[in-house]
Order: sequence, then C-alpha cells, then structure tokens
Amino acid sequence: MVRKKYLWLLGALSIVLILVFVFWGLNSNNWEYFLSLRIPKVAALVITGVAIAFSTLLFQTLTNNRILTPSLLGLDSLYMLIQTLVIFILGSTSLILINNKINFFISVGLMLIFSSLLFKALFKRDTSNIMFFLLFGLILGTFFQGLTTFMQMMMDPNEFLHIQDRMFASFNHVNTEILIIAFIVISALMLYSIKYFKLWDVLSLGRDHAINLGVDYHRTIKNMVAIVAILVSVSTALVGPITFLGLLVVNLAREFLKTYEHKYLFIGSSLISLVALLGGQLLIERIFNFSTPISVVINLIGGVYFLYLLLKENVA
Amino acid sequence: MKKRYLILLLILLSIVSLFIGVKEVSLQDILSFENEGLQIMLLSRIPRLISIIVAGMGMSISGLIMQSISRNKFVSPSTAATIDSAKLGVLISLILFTSSRPLHKMLVSFIFAIAGTLFFMQILKRIKFQNTIFIPLVGIMLGNIIDSITTFFAYKLNLIQSISAWLQGDFSMIIKGRYELLYISIPLLVVAFLYANKFTIAGMGEDFAANLGLNYNRVINVGVSIVALISSLVIITVGRIPFLGLIVPNLVTIFQGDNMRKNIFHTALFGSIFLLFCDILGRIIIYPYEIPISLTVGVIGSVIFLVLLVRGNR
Repeated sequence: MVRKKYLWLLGALSIVLILVFVFWGLNSNNWEYFLSLRIPKVAALVITGVAIAFSTLLFQTLTNNRILTPSLLGLDSLYMLIQTLVIFILGSTSLILINNKINFFISVGLMLIFSSLLFKALFKRDTSNIMFFLLFGLILGTFFQGLTTFMQMMMDPNEFLHIQDRMFASFNHVNTEILIIAFIVISALMLYSIKYFKLWDVLSLGRDHAINLGVDYHRTIKNMVAIVAILVSVSTALVGPITFLGLLVVNLAREFLKTYEHKYLFIGSSLISLVALLGGQLLIERIFNFSTPISVVINLIGGVYFLYLLLKENVA
Repeated sequence: MKKRYLILLLILLSIVSLFIGVKEVSLQDILSFENEGLQIMLLSRIPRLISIIVAGMGMSISGLIMQSISRNKFVSPSTAATIDSAKLGVLISLILFTSSRPLHKMLVSFIFAIAGTLFFMQILKRIKFQNTIFIPLVGIMLGNIIDSITTFFAYKLNLIQSISAWLQGDFSMIIKGRYELLYISIPLLVVAFLYANKFTIAGMGEDFAANLGLNYNRVINVGVSIVALISSLVIITVGRIPFLGLIVPNLVTIFQGDNMRKNIFHTALFGSIFLLFCDILGRIIIYPYEIPISLTVGVIGSVIFLVLLVRGNR
C-alpha cells in the first residue's frame, strides 16, 4: 500500500536525521560533552514535534475545519503575555525569568487554569456549541495580544531583546528537568488517546452524523479540548510558540496520505513534523550559525513545498 | 438595532470625537474662522475622524466579504497574504528609504502589498476551486512564507521592534499628509456594496452560484481584490487593529443571518461606531495622554463582545 510506504519512508528519514544530528562531528575527545548537549535537544525536538502535530490534528477534527490551529484558543498569546508581564514588571534579571523550572511551572499552570475556565464558561450551559467556544478563545487571545503589544511598545529595547528570544521557538537551551516532565505528560496522553482514534474518525464526519452514529458528542468534545489544552501548554512552555508548524504538517500529511483516519494522519503528521524540526535545526546550526529563528526556515521551506503540492495536484 | 439609530449614534460620536483633545476648540472658534482652532480641525481632528470611520467600515466589510466567499467563519482579511506583504514593504522602506517622507514609505509598502496580493491571485487562478477551504489555506501559507523572509532580515538587522511599532494600530499619528492613501478605499467600499448580493450567492457554493447564472470566479476575484486592497491601505496608514475584520462580521451575522445585502450596512456602521467609541475612550482615560487604539479595542472590545456573545447565546 502506498500509504504505508510513505510512512516507512518518513520514519526512515527521521531516524537518519536523528542519527546525523546526534553523531555529526563526534570524535573520541569531544563525544561526552557533545552527547550531553545533543541528546536533550533531540528529545525536545521529538517531544514538541509530536505534541504540535497531535494537538493540531485533534483541534481540526474537533472544529471540522482544516485551517485552524490550537493557537485560536489563545494559549500562546497567554504565554507571551506572561513572559512580557514578568519582564515588564520585574525586569529581565528576575528569578522567574531566569529559572526555567519555575517559569515552566508558572506558565503551564496559568495556561491550564485559563483553559479550564474557558471550559467552564462553555459547558455550564447545555449547548456545547463549538462556534461560541472558539469565539470566546479568540476574543480572549486578542485581549492578551493587545496587552502584550502595548507593553512591548513601552519597553526598553534592551529588555525587548529578552522577549524577542521568547517570541520565537528555540531549541538551543533545553532544560533537562523540564524535558523529563514534558516527556512523561505527553506519552501518558498518547497512551490514553490511542483507543479514541476510531471515535475521532467518526467525529470528523461532522457533529450531526457523529451523534446519529451514537457518539457521546458532549463528552468526546470535552475530552478532546482537554487533551489539546494540555499538549499546547506543555509544548509552548517547553520551546515557545510555534503553532504554524502544526498547520503545515497536518495539511502536508493530509495531502500526502489522502486519508481521514486518525491512525495514519497522526503518525504521518508527527513524522513530517519531526523531519521539519530536525532538518530546520540542522540547517540553522550548520549553515546559518544560529542567526535566525527555526520558524523562519520551517515556514519558508515547508510553505513553499505545500504550495507546490497544491499546485501540482490541482492545476486547472 | 434599527439602521437609523446606528447612523444617529455614529453622527453623535463623530461630533464628540471632533471636540476632544488637548487643545480646546469651541464651535465659535470655527464659525468665526478663528485661525488656530480651524487649523487644528483641518490638520488633525478631521483627518483622524475620517480615517477612523473609513478604517472601521473597510476592515469589517472586508472581513464579511472574505468570510462569505470562503464560506468559513474564521477567515479574516489578513488571510490573503496582504498584511505579510505589507510588512515586507515596511521592512524594505525602513532599510532603503530611511530619509524619505512618511507618505513615500507608505507608498512603498502599499506597492508591496499589491504585488503580494496579485501573486496570491495568480496562484488562486491556477487552482481549481474544488474546495473553498483552499482560498484561506493558500493565503495563510503564502503569508507565512513572506513573513519568514521578513523575519529573516528583520532579525538580523534588529528591526523587529520597529516593524511591530509601525504596525501597531494607532490613530494619534494621523495628521494631514499621512493618511490620504486611505481615500482610495472609498470607491472600493462602493463596489463592495454593489456586489453584496453576488457575494451572498457566491457564499452558497460554486454549483449553486453557477446554477443561478453567476460568474463565480469573477465574483471571487473581485471580492479578494477588494479585501486585499482595503486591508493593505488600513494596515499601512493605521496599523493592525484587532477584532474588526474577524469579530464584527461574526457578531452581526449571528444576529442577522447571512444575507449580505441585509447586513453589510449594519456591519459597516457597527465597525466604525465601535472603532470610534474605542478611540474616544482611549483619548479620555489618561487625558491628556492617549492609549493606542489597538489596546482599547483589544481590552474594551473583548469585554463588550463577550457580553454580547453570552447574552446572544441565551
């Protein structure tokens, strides 16, 4: 089957990239030091890659809309607001900013509190209307963004540089302790989710069909939003906002695999996202000498490739 | 709400807006052609009022058109690669034309915005509209490609903060000589009103539209061009204003339905009333200083819209 062949190819490609990433330029003198840096980095790349692909895929099924990403819930705007607020009030030398662990827990905690409040607002009433839920998230996200931009405008340019570091996702300083927590949380979620893949296939037929076929719509939606919220909070706090990657890889997987089954789409989009992240990081480290954020490379190459795919297949 | 109440409210707010400011200007000053007061009106207050009304109408109508023709409630005017091209233009004018006048810099970025949009239209022409989701999807992808080019150079030259300061929506810099580009969008708005019915039909899908004898592709192209031109004009002269393109049309359609002929006036009026109201508040709260419009719109708008949403949902 073509689909399986694609997946194997992608899998092989990501393994090759991981190996290149870890073993490039090692010799008997430096291997210990290099490995201690590179293995956490690869782990961070894998974890975020999978988390972003999975959360975007789920979110698109949830909303039945191919152009949405979980950033619509306003979680990454909240993250930027937290970071900006800390620098704005306490300055760039404050403990919360420097200590990654404290920063991680505060950010994740606040994002989770926020999403559960959003939940409550939605599910207090019986109408589980996704449209209202999204508008809520969107409005709050805009609110956070407004505050953030305003503070950034008022800020000393030197302090702004610290925020600029956090505006773009970065894999250059990975904190191992956080990594282990993130790994545990995300793999637990994966295990929990596997049994629901078939249910989500049904859900992608649309709300009415799903209810007709006997899906407990209300509960399923609730579950899905919870999973998305946790995934996004953890991956954003780990490396920073990088949501466009999700849109790109999930749509690439759809164009490649031509399927609606979550099983394939999940594996496909995760692998594509791994290849994109690893390849992007390699390019940045080896060719651009860290002079540009990783999202630039991924958006440029991935975006052009996506347009090429669309044009190739849909030429009028 | 009745249309005439909205119009009345708009006129009322406009008058209030004209007479708020650090310099007291009374009606007598103007009627007696008193020099200073008249100058302030002509140089600052009236340009500001016009640009607020035009920007409010333009952005909310562009949002309405975009959502209707792509049949997707979450598409905003910024999804046509326009804003990202304008941003690239801002970068270029910051690098190459450092000493030229503001209006010239704006022209440079406007040219970029148009070039980006034309490129987007070229791509759309090549794709069969088998699925309307492709319109915003292509726009988002193209926009991100252009944005990553901008970020690449801006990051190297440390211009990211300057670019975001330029694109931060702000009416306090609007004076005579810095906003005239916005007038181009008035004829575009007229075309949008004339095409309202056609957009509604196009919003029912290609098959249905063709069945009713509509030239589907032409209507889509007209729509996308109007949206792109208006939003690039607004983003360059005023900056990025949250909400207007996305949430105003959504709220109006929640209460009024999808017939654009019926709600295009409401959307336009509601958009400019809302923007004007936020601008006045931003000027009053920390008088004699000012809060940028994007902040007042973001904060006050959030509250107003949440209340509307919750009440409408009941």
